[in-house]
Amino acid sequence: MAFEYAPAPESRAVVDIAPSYGLFIDGEFRDASDGKVFKTLSPSSEEVLSEVAQGSAEDVDAAVKAARKAFEKWSALPGAERAKYLFRIARIIQERSRELAVLETLDNGKPIRETRDADLPLVAAHFFYYAGWADKLDHAGYGPNPKALGVAGQVIPWNFPLLMLAWKIAPALATGNTVVLKPAETTPLSALFFADICRQAGLPKGVVNIVTGDGTTGAALVEHPGVDKVAFTGSTAVGKAIARSVAGTDKKLTLELGGKGANIVFDDAPIDQAVEGIVNGIFFNQGQVCCAGSRLLVQESIQDELLDALKRRLSTLRLGDPLDKNTDIGAINSAEQLARIKALADSGEAEGAERWAPACELPSAGYWFAPTLFTNVTQAHRIAREEIFGPVLSVLTFRTPAEAVAKANNSQYGLSAGIWTEKGSRILSVANSLRAGVVWANTFNKFDPTSPFGGYKESGFGREGGRHGLEAYLDV
Amino acid sequence: MPTVPSNGNEAAERLASMADVTASDGALRRFLHGLPGVDTVGLEARAAMLGTRSIKTTAKAYAIDLAISMIDLTTLEGADTPGKVRALCAKGVNPDPTDRTTPKVAAICVYPDMAATAAEALKGSGVNVASVATAFPAGRAALPVKLADTRDAVAAGADEIDMVIDRGAFLSGHYLSVFEEIKAVKEACRREDGSAARLKVIFETGELSTYDNIRRASWLGMLAGADFIKTSTGKVAVNATPANTLLMLEAVRDFRATTGVQVGVKPAGGIRTTKDALKFLVLVNETVGEEWLTNTWFRFGASSLLNDLLMQRQKLSTGRYSGPDYVTVD
Repeated sequence: MAFEYAPAPESRAVVDIAPSYGLFIDGEFRDASDGKVFKTLSPSSEEVLSEVAQGSAEDVDAAVKAARKAFEKWSALPGAERAKYLFRIARIIQERSRELAVLETLDNGKPIRETRDADLPLVAAHFFYYAGWADKLDHAGYGPNPKALGVAGQVIPWNFPLLMLAWKIAPALATGNTVVLKPAETTPLSALFFADICRQAGLPKGVVNIVTGDGTTGAALVEHPGVDKVAFTGSTAVGKAIARSVAGTDKKLTLELGGKGANIVFDDAPIDQAVEGIVNGIFFNQGQVCCAGSRLLVQESIQDELLDALKRRLSTLRLGDPLDKNTDIGAINSAEQLARIKALADSGEAEGAERWAPACELPSAGYWFAPTLFTNVTQAHRIAREEIFGPVLSVLTFRTPAEAVAKANNSQYGLSAGIWTEKGSRILSVANSLRAGVVWANTFNKFDPTSPFGGYKESGFGREGGRHGLEAYLDV
Repeated sequence: MPTVPSNGNEAAERLASMADVTASDGALRRFLHGLPGVDTVGLEARAAMLGTRSIKTTAKAYAIDLAISMIDLTTLEGADTPGKVRALCAKGVNPDPTDRTTPKVAAICVYPDMAATAAEALKGSGVNVASVATAFPAGRAALPVKLADTRDAVAAGADEIDMVIDRGAFLSGHYLSVFEEIKAVKEACRREDGSAARLKVIFETGELSTYDNIRRASWLGMLAGADFIKTSTGKVAVNATPANTLLMLEAVRDFRATTGVQVGVKPAGGIRTTKDALKFLVLVNETVGEEWLTNTWFRFGASSLLNDLLMQRQKLSTGRYSGPDYVTVD
């Protein structure tokens, strides 16, 4: 008998999902003004989890007004007082982390191992980190007593729903802004649970407002004249539309958009760890990560060895029930995203790249895509240029460090990159030549609230995280 | 390339074909230093991630029995007596007197002067006698003494020899001398009838200290004919860890891919609980797979681990928590 792991599902009993949720405006949940609702599904089973209000322009207006009303008192609080709330929120998140992890896994489709070991610890860490800044803004490098901007309109994606909320809300509140946040249409639940945490923490009414809805709700928020700051994480296409809509206003804007990260493996790399890094780079969160290492640039002299090792490793990935503690690969977030991944993967084949995926049974219900890699990919292929946002790795080769840098930089994006070599001097020289906001050396997809994150080129502008992340929310 | 076990004639031929890399100190050094480096953070992160696997119900029952069958039940004390060794042998053959379906352990591991006592006690039981040798644990003796130590143990009935490498020679870069010493001990494992005791080569990873060294030592040991590579003596501060065992599993996997020769792995020292043991089995399962999931190719060097496995086994079969008075003290 082989060593087969018996199912080890995390219990759903720790989370109590209500049949319907309203909008969180001025400290209260309320229905949408026009009464519209939409359903949110569990992507691993297509089960309906709950009904959520579809916020209208009128609702957005109410939320912005509530935030404006709250701003005066909130921004006037001593930093140490704001910090108390943020520390309290961080602690409640830690206390409720199992519940939130299960909720996030249900609504998003990502494995519980990731929500439990990556998302939730990072969410709490972000709040703790920015709580620490709240009373030290004089020392952030922007002169004495830097001022908050006002009301921040924040639109976040579905790939890390609660973590992206933390990236947006923690620095905004620490610096004295109030917020209206619109979570993604397919993953609204964790933001609504966060609203409950704000109440539990006694956060003053109107400081945080959550308006659920689709793209029209987001557009209404971004275009609302009462918003002083727009922060968006999502696709480059939507980011461009937002940039156009705020052009000519005095709204401050930060955009964190797509990427096509190059993971560069030199011939002197620690091979076993590089393989882990490649897997983590592109299959973490089913590759639905803006900074995913979706282009593997491998030195031609070790291509065969590395690909053999990589394929062997991919064959051990465990795809299935996201709530099972032993699952490595969960579900794709939505039917729409799955269709896009399929279309781009098919284009890879049609354009002559060679497709490979391990033998892997996909569940019959839900949205699933097997971890896939393409070899014989060239810079001219769509799968080497366009963001797939799925578990699809494009493998390209290079001969010299200069060629590696040239190919890595030859992209409309510039969000992330990875360098794998045992030679320290090469790490430094290559990192200096890469036009990417984050460069990882001998690791990938490592996040920390102290480290700024953001892009070059069409990957956006502005930084989130670290001291640099304060600037986006200060009038400096 | 078909896989062959490390102790057959084919394996000797395969290793002979690698003779160019062991032809001189310089060649061996270039080869060992040409192996891919090990990134400490990445290796430890991978081992920690595999440590989060959740092994429940049927998988746990299977893994507990497998772990029991892989134990080299060990007593390596100055105070060892024939009585103590016989008691341990009885325990190894029948680990749980209340449940005869409990598997036997793989071997009883003793000092060489106790090998004859253990052999007598284990005769016909199917449990092997493993004897440490080569001036265990420090290995600080002249080569002829180490070889005599080994021959004595084999003559006394040891089925397996656990030797220690000369860490001093390794750390000072004299790889060929370590290599030649392992080869000589392997030769000393031969019996008159042409058969041989299986040779486990202990690196004392806690003294080699870096992961790069552990990978080099693994290849060095395997090139010299090790049947098993083993982490530690259990006599230093850092013994088997998930990370160093994972690294050695990667080494036997890569060695088989290169030479076709299969070599076993034995973490030893510091593995005391069922939870720990299951983590190591997960490492085996997800790094080298099923072919290593037998006591021919994977062992635990442990003394207190067995009782914890037995208590967990009783818990699974009865549904009630067991206690230390329901397993034997030896």
